[in-house]
Amino acid sequence: MARFVIRRLAGMIAVLFAVSVIVFVIFNVVPNTNPAQLLAGKNSTPVLVKSIEEEWGFDNSLPEQYLTMMKKIFTGELTSYKPRISVDEQIIERIPATFSLSIGAAIIWLFFGLLLGYLSALRAGGWLDRFLTGFAIAGISIPVFLIAPVLLYFLTYKLEIFPNAQYVPLTENPSEWLSHLILPWVTLAILSIGFYSRVLRSNMLDVMNEDYVRTARAKGLSERRVMSRHVLRNSLVPIVTLFGLDFGATIAGTAIITEYLYSLNGIGLYAIEAVQKFELPPVMGVTIYGAFFVVFVNALVDIAYAYLDPRVRLGESGAS
Amino acid sequence: MSPAPLLSVKGLRVGFSTEGGLLQAVDDVSFEVRPGEVVAIVGESGSGKSVTAQTIMGLTRSKNARIEGTAEFEGMDLIEASDAELRRLRGDRVAMVFQDPMTSFNPVYRLGAQIGEAIRAHRDGVSKSEARARAVELFEAVGIPNAEGRVDDYPHEFSGGMRQRAMIAMALALEPDLLIADEPTTALDVTIQAQILELLRELNRKRNLATILITHDLGVVAEIADRVLVMYAGRVVEQGTLDQIFFDPQHPYTWGLLGSLTRLDKPRPVRLPQISGAPPSLLALPEGCSFRPRCPHEFGPCIDLPPLQARLRDEPGHCDRCWLSPEAKKEKRQVAGQIGLEAPTP
Repeated sequence: MARFVIRRLAGMIAVLFAVSVIVFVIFNVVPNTNPAQLLAGKNSTPVLVKSIEEEWGFDNSLPEQYLTMMKKIFTGELTSYKPRISVDEQIIERIPATFSLSIGAAIIWLFFGLLLGYLSALRAGGWLDRFLTGFAIAGISIPVFLIAPVLLYFLTYKLEIFPNAQYVPLTENPSEWLSHLILPWVTLAILSIGFYSRVLRSNMLDVMNEDYVRTARAKGLSERRVMSRHVLRNSLVPIVTLFGLDFGATIAGTAIITEYLYSLNGIGLYAIEAVQKFELPPVMGVTIYGAFFVVFVNALVDIAYAYLDPRVRLGESGAS
Repeated sequence: MSPAPLLSVKGLRVGFSTEGGLLQAVDDVSFEVRPGEVVAIVGESGSGKSVTAQTIMGLTRSKNARIEGTAEFEGMDLIEASDAELRRLRGDRVAMVFQDPMTSFNPVYRLGAQIGEAIRAHRDGVSKSEARARAVELFEAVGIPNAEGRVDDYPHEFSGGMRQRAMIAMALALEPDLLIADEPTTALDVTIQAQILELLRELNRKRNLATILITHDLGVVAEIADRVLVMYAGRVVEQGTLDQIFFDPQHPYTWGLLGSLTRLDKPRPVRLPQISGAPPSLLALPEGCSFRPRCPHEFGPCIDLPPLQARLRDEPGHCDRCWLSPEAKKEKRQVAGQIGLEAPTP
C-alpha cells in the first residue's frame, strides 16, 4: 500500500508539472496576450507598459516566470491581474458550488445508470429493454444546452416547481440548496445515465456467457443471486473506469455549460471568465486544481479496481 | 441383477431453433446410470454429448430450445421439473464439473467462498465459518496440500490441476448422488490428467458416486468408464460396456475412433489413421445413416436410418446403429491387423 501511494504521488507530481508547463507555454505563444499591455489598458504609453512589466516580472525569462508562478500557487500568493485578488481564495470560494453540482449529479447518474443498465440486461430483447435503450440513446444524444433551457422553461417558468437557478450554500439553507440544484443535477446526469446504462448492459450480456456463470447456475444458486453476485459484480470494472474519468473531470470544473446555464458560480465559470480575459494566473490555478482532482480520483479508482478484481491487487502481478 | 438406476434418460431430444432452421443437437438418446457406475459419453465436438449432459442439469433451458423425452432421477422427471425444483437438485443431488477450470471459477471471489456459496444455497442455517470449514475438509479430500492455508486463495493463485481439484471439491460439497463431468481433463496436461482421473475413480468407489463422463478422449474412457455411449451428429451410434466397445466395436464410426488412437503396444503407423471428412452440419443432416458420407463401408440399406438395437444374440446390452451384419463387421473392421476404419496410408 505504501509503495502504491508513493508511486501515485510521484505520478501526480509528474502530471501536474506536465499540465502546468503545457498551459504556460500555450499562453505565451498565443498572440495578443501580453499581460502588461492588457493591464496598461488601451491608452497606454510604452513607459507604462515597461513599468508594469518590471513590476510583475513579465520581462524575466519564461522559465523564471514559470517558476515564480508555481511558487506563488503553492504558497497561496498568486493573484489575478485585474482585479488584483487572490486566485486561491477565488477557487476556494467556488469549490462548494462545483462540488455540490458534481457529487449530487454523480450519485444520480451512477444510481440510475446502474439500475437501468441492470434492468435492461435482465430483460434483454424485451419491451422494457427496448424502452430503456431508446431512453438511453435520447439521453446521450440530446445536448446539455438543449436540456437545460427546456427543463428551465417548463419546470421553472411554466409550472414553477423549481426556483430559478443560482447557487445557495448548503450551510445557509439546505432545502434551498437542494431545490436549486435538482435541475442542474438532472441536466448533468442525463448523458451519463444513458451512457452508463448502455455500457453496463453490454458488459452484463458478455459476462452472462462466461463459464463461471454457468458454474454458478450449476451450483443451484437462485437466478437473482447469479445475476447480482456473479454477473453484476464482474461487469462493474469498466463502469468504475468510466466513473473515475467522468467524475474527476466534473469535479475539476468541466461542467461549464451546466454551470453557465444555471448561473452556478463554480470553478468552470471562473475558468471560462479567466480564459476570456487572457488571465494566466487563474487559468493556471484552475488547471492545477483540476489536474490534482483528476489524478486523485483516478488513484481512488485504482484502489476500487483492486477491490473489485483481486487479480489486480496492488503490487502483485496478475496471473494467466 | 444390478441396482435400480439412479438416472434413467429415455428418448431425449434437444433442438434449438436458429436462423438456419431447427438444429437437432440431441436426437433420441436413452441411457441409464446406476449408483457407483461411470457412464462415458464419447464423441467429437458437436456430437451432442455436452448438450445431453447440460440438459439433464436443466442448463440448456431457453426460449429457443425444444426439449423432449424424459430424464428420471429418483422418481422426478428432470425435463418436466420446474426451474425451482431443478435448482434445489442442482449442486445438491446432481453436481457438475466443467471442462475449463481456468474459466469456471469466478475470478473475483475466494475459492472457499465459492464452495461455501454452494453449500449455503442448499443448507439453511449453515454459517459462513462452518461452510469454510467444510471447504477445508473438501480440499483435503481431493488432495489439495495445505488446505487450510489455500482455501482463502483466489482462483488465479491456483494452478490448472489444482483448480480442477477445487472444482471437484465444489461438486462434492453436498455429497451428490450423481456427478456430471464435462471433459474434466481436457484442459489439463497429461500427468495432471492422470491424477484427476485417479481422483475421480477413487471418489467413485469410496462414495458410490454415479458419474456421467463427457469426453472425446478414448484414453480417458479406457481408464475409468464402466459403460460407453458413442455419439455422432446428435445420435447414439453405439452403446455397450467398456469391453464391448473396445474389443468388439460394431459401428464403423467407433472403429474409426479406435483406429485413430496412438498405441504403445502396436508398431507405429507411418501416418496416424484418421476418419476422413468432417461431421455433417446439424442443420443439414444426410438422409439415412448420418455417418454414411464418411463411411467406406456404405451399401444399399444405409439410405434408411438404422435403429439403435442389439444386433449380437448374446449381448443384449450392446446396441448399435449399423445395417452391416455382425459377421461382415468382424471382417471389415480388421485393418492392418487391428481395429480401424481404413488402412493407414503409407
